[in-house]
Amino acid sequence: MDKERVHNLLFVGVVVVTGVVVENTYLLQVMTFIGINTLLALGLNMLMGYAGQVSLGHGAFYGIGAYATAYLSGTLGISPWLALVCAIFLAVGVAFVVGRPTLKLSGYYLGMGTLGFGMIVHILFREAGSITGGASGFVGIPMLTLGPLLFEGGQSYFYLVWAVVFGAIFLCRRILDSKTGRALAAIHGRENAAVALGVDAHSLKLTVFMFSAALGAVAGFLYAHFVLFISPDSFGFMASVKMVTMVVIGGMASVWGALIGAVVITLLPEVLHGFADHEMIVFGLILMGVMIVMPQGLTKGVMERYARYKKRA
Amino acid sequence: MHGIRKEHENLLLQVTGLTKQFGGVRAQDNVSFGVEQGSVLGLIGPNGAGKTTLFNMITGVCVPDKGEILFDGRSITSLPVHKRVTAGIARTFQNVELFPGMTVLENVLVGMHVRLKSGFWGAVIRSPRVVKEEQQARKKALAILEFTGLLSYADRLACDLPVGRQKTAEIARALATDPKLILLDEPAAGLNRIESMALGELICKIKARGITLMLVEHDMGLAMEVCDKILVLDRGEAIALATPQQITNDQKVMDAYLGEEFQCLN
Repeated sequence: MDKERVHNLLFVGVVVVTGVVVENTYLLQVMTFIGINTLLALGLNMLMGYAGQVSLGHGAFYGIGAYATAYLSGTLGISPWLALVCAIFLAVGVAFVVGRPTLKLSGYYLGMGTLGFGMIVHILFREAGSITGGASGFVGIPMLTLGPLLFEGGQSYFYLVWAVVFGAIFLCRRILDSKTGRALAAIHGRENAAVALGVDAHSLKLTVFMFSAALGAVAGFLYAHFVLFISPDSFGFMASVKMVTMVVIGGMASVWGALIGAVVITLLPEVLHGFADHEMIVFGLILMGVMIVMPQGLTKGVMERYARYKKRA
Repeated sequence: MHGIRKEHENLLLQVTGLTKQFGGVRAQDNVSFGVEQGSVLGLIGPNGAGKTTLFNMITGVCVPDKGEILFDGRSITSLPVHKRVTAGIARTFQNVELFPGMTVLENVLVGMHVRLKSGFWGAVIRSPRVVKEEQQARKKALAILEFTGLLSYADRLACDLPVGRQKTAEIARALATDPKLILLDEPAAGLNRIESMALGELICKIKARGITLMLVEHDMGLAMEVCDKILVLDRGEAIALATPQQITNDQKVMDAYLGEEFQCLN
């Protein structure tokens, strides 16, 4: 068995055992959020880490997933699973329309373009009160059921979210380990050379943008049916920045990096509650520290340090 | 200008009346020429003569203001870059543009991009057909590395190779696109004499495979040795298209390319 397979099995094992052993509802809840954030980070990592395109508006897709399922299953009363399909299609469709012109930009300009998009969507959530419930939020999102299974908080939802995370990791791996993955890395490395070899850079970027939007929508769907109440501020500028931070802190172009980033960004605020008003300051300082000491992200940074330590020992 | 026979049927590439203006500069002024199937055409001219612009227009990186490009019997003037690669045009760059973080083998595999059929969903589903295609691609990539003498470097990172090998790796990557025509932009720049000779041999080997080549080259020795014909550009104009011998005997070319001093030396 190769090393990667061992790592994968170990990872699945740890998650399954955790779900059985941990009975504390609060802990299970935190770990469920880690799973949802991992999905967000995975999607954005495909775009940022692998294709090298920055998006500062990905919170919008997270929100589109959440609000689409809230409206369709909560207000219209259709099955949440059908709502999920609609939410994905909607997010992918919006990504197509927005990405087509925007992805012609690069670097800071792409960042600005996506930033604007994120803000527009955030305002829509707040102002389209008759659909979204406006600034006070959307109440009345149904719980998920599957046959006799009811996913209400706790253990069942924990397993549901992590099953989706495993699926998403599997998907990303397959895409990366293919002609498409090579072309992505090529665009990231030297776009003009990739184009000269026949890689249709614009359409490939658009594909990855749509893929990451779909993952964002799935995360939004899981979030909505977990907390059962959503408000626009969960999907605003700060949400987008948090996603970027997860990718950068964990380490770009690494599937494990997305996971580590999600763990850190989900846990830090929980751990820092003790600092009360100064929470955000400590949070910011820690992020700055990590970026100064390990600019390539925690995953690679820690691994390199470990390798150096082993060499010396 | 002399040397163009319009009735020639065996032309792989035919350029007519190509004109391109950048602001006030005429980078290309009504340039017309043809490249015979299976031949090697050298492109020479002083700096700023429009050699790279011509390459960029043939590959589709920039669009001409006027004129037409016929490739393999059809007009490609308005095709985007990736469709021209599919049609059979590949190139290398003046400054090495390998993907630095990838191995040499992976670089060559990227070159096969347009020839592999499986797409985004193919990668996800990974059917036996996709797996087989991927295996065959690897085999073919290794064969190309063997052909170019890079097999022992297959798993090395592209950025770790010496410059000469990097230049060869770029040619290998271009060959992976399965081209009919390869454009080499200053392939001998930065090479020592021995590497330069090896490059000459590689060009002849590629030609022997029936692939047509065009190269921009300042190393006149190499150009004289491998080229069947040479096109001379000066300030955006094609001033001559002839065999290397004829070019060296052409006073107009010598004036443009080597300047007045050449006469004194003679």
